[in-house]
Amino acid sequence: MLLDVALLVALSLTLLTALSVVVLSLVWIERKFLGRIQMRMGPMHVGPFGLLQPVADAIKLMAKEDLLSSWVDRVIYWVAPLVVFVPVLMIWVTIPVARDLVIRNLDLGLFYIIAFSVLSIVGLVAAGWASSNKYAVLGGFRAAAQLVSYEIPLILAVLGVAMLAQSMNLVQVVNEQNVWVYALIQPLGLVIFFIAGLAELGRTPFDIHPAESEVVGGPFVEYSGAHWSVFFLAEYINTFAIAALTVLLYFGGWLFPGLPGDVPIISLAVFLAKTYLVILVIFWIRGTYPRLRIDQLMSLGWKVLVPLAFVNILMTGAYLFYGWPAWVLSLLSVAVLAATVWGLSKAMRTAPRPEVTVRIYNPTSEAGHAG
Amino acid sequence: MVDVSVESQSEGQLDTVQMLVNMGPQHPSTHGVFRMVLMVDGERIVDVEPHIGYLHRGSEKLCEGEIYAQIVTLFDRLDYISNLNNEMAFCRAVEKLMSLEVPERAEYVRVILCELNRVASHLLFFGTFGIDAGAMTPIMYAFRDREKIQSMFEAVTGARMMHNYIRIGGVKNDVPDDFRQRMTALIGELRQGIDEADRLLSFGEIFLARSKGIGVIAPERAIAYGASGPTLRASGVPMDVRKDAPYSIYDRFDFGIPIGEKGDSWDRFYVRVEEMRQSLSIIEQALRDMPEGPTITPTRLVLRPPQGEVYVRGENPRGEIGVYLVSNGADRPYRVKVRPPSFCNLMAIRELLLNTYVADAVVILGSLDIVLGEVDR
Repeated sequence: MLLDVALLVALSLTLLTALSVVVLSLVWIERKFLGRIQMRMGPMHVGPFGLLQPVADAIKLMAKEDLLSSWVDRVIYWVAPLVVFVPVLMIWVTIPVARDLVIRNLDLGLFYIIAFSVLSIVGLVAAGWASSNKYAVLGGFRAAAQLVSYEIPLILAVLGVAMLAQSMNLVQVVNEQNVWVYALIQPLGLVIFFIAGLAELGRTPFDIHPAESEVVGGPFVEYSGAHWSVFFLAEYINTFAIAALTVLLYFGGWLFPGLPGDVPIISLAVFLAKTYLVILVIFWIRGTYPRLRIDQLMSLGWKVLVPLAFVNILMTGAYLFYGWPAWVLSLLSVAVLAATVWGLSKAMRTAPRPEVTVRIYNPTSEAGHAG
Repeated sequence: MVDVSVESQSEGQLDTVQMLVNMGPQHPSTHGVFRMVLMVDGERIVDVEPHIGYLHRGSEKLCEGEIYAQIVTLFDRLDYISNLNNEMAFCRAVEKLMSLEVPERAEYVRVILCELNRVASHLLFFGTFGIDAGAMTPIMYAFRDREKIQSMFEAVTGARMMHNYIRIGGVKNDVPDDFRQRMTALIGELRQGIDEADRLLSFGEIFLARSKGIGVIAPERAIAYGASGPTLRASGVPMDVRKDAPYSIYDRFDFGIPIGEKGDSWDRFYVRVEEMRQSLSIIEQALRDMPEGPTITPTRLVLRPPQGEVYVRGENPRGEIGVYLVSNGADRPYRVKVRPPSFCNLMAIRELLLNTYVADAVVILGSLDIVLGEVDR
């Protein structure tokens, strides 16, 4: 009994420490990578290559005064960060980082992850409401609308993977990918999962609830110091989780052709390398795209991603039922994807071609002089 | 918790209330200290009440207490993003009142720097508009190039902003010896930089979705509001003071004025991008033709222009600036009135914002490109 408790405490502490280190590394990578995209150097002065910058940030955040507006609803205000943070932490219980490196290898792992990841939305809405700030309220409502609607395509995409693997156990899902990774068999599912994942993270181009230029940080606007950093921590752990899930579900997790999948160190390295690559893509998107508007985001979710996810499930079902070869499914997937992109680019364009709406008018070389 | 106000509407079972959101003066996207009181129904804006005046410094009144040479510095601080264009407008007003000839070389230097200032101003707009739409990288591209322009200004005028370089009768001093080479190199870099930034932002699907068809202002309405500059031209009205009433030496250059078709935010954005290219072409032509000679007509420090009044128009980056100057023969003006382009462009804000989303409000306000120093004066 005592041993069990001690083991539990030790595991939780290990998990927290590991994730904190991961977050520190993510912050550093994001700042450096965005810096490079924007022709800057990124952090330079704290430690070699600015490596200690995230540590300095963390110390600063912890040492900061925790301001409290006199109008806030205190209980909800203080609980909200935890409501966001705990589910984000909990899903790591069943995410394997190598074949045998997982806290609890649940048979319903995927189900568990999805069930928990929805919970943190409650925290965001509560934070927005309790802050007694209108921007926070707007941000909180945006978060609710956005995250709830993106959970559905995310779940449906995951369902496609569960059908292929015939299992919801993440280790099983990875082991099933030892011949072909699911990114090749089901590219449509990958795209849906990744877009919905970005939207659920609230990262560019879906950073609508914290939108700095519109709602000034959304639900987090009134938070400062340590409480704000809990939100921050949750966001980055979540980013890492979505990247890890992308790798596990679609890129074969710790498997790599030619490398042994059962040596913990090698498989951990392979898994981390893949995950950080996915994270770089997320940061790359952040450095490139503007932000969608909330109604555009909702219509993308409900009118495009949800139907696509159903098509994905239908195709996967047909593939399983009729026992087609895998390449048929991947061809179908690519075809649907191409048709969607083509249709979307048609539908989203409100003008024939944007160039033609601005022309150069030169009265000296054209006949007639207006003005 | 949050105080909700005004009437509550029943929609079936759900009771919704409208919320009063105070946007600004401390808000990251109001471009200074502009304040809008928005009445929002969810995300939709049902009413807007703009408030200005947080940056009011009484510049026009201050002008009445300064001698003419000192007023140039006050004009620097109106539209602080395009200082040289402002200086030029005021100096031209005094010169017109006194019938003062400006040396040929000074005119060329003025035009080159004013057009360069236009590029710098539009680059700033480019970056901040990207930020308003949620893209964080364009501003870095824009500021890389703007920084080079600022260094150029520093080399010529001695200051990065608030130059006080254009003086009544000419310019403060001649340009550096290597001006022509440095400018040629700078133009090349700017062309490349503008193209790069343009490729990054202008035609992205998300950016188009955010700015196309948002904040449309019809040509008649734009004219009725007294809009000018890119804001008016984006609606398809080819009006540019440099073409319609050429001042200085603008009639000697071959350049086009970009005009939009729809008058939406994207057109206002892209008209400015094209304007940067046109301005660079003007600078190139001016550099080619720039003669040698004096750069200022010597005048007394304390000017006493003859009694009378004068109005000059000029094309600022943000639109048409007008300076109305009344002199009673003393060493200080009797009255100085400025017609600031941003102020007139801003008048359309209420009509543009009604029935849009909060997120659009930011983009539309950004596309008008206001400078509060000039709106409030």
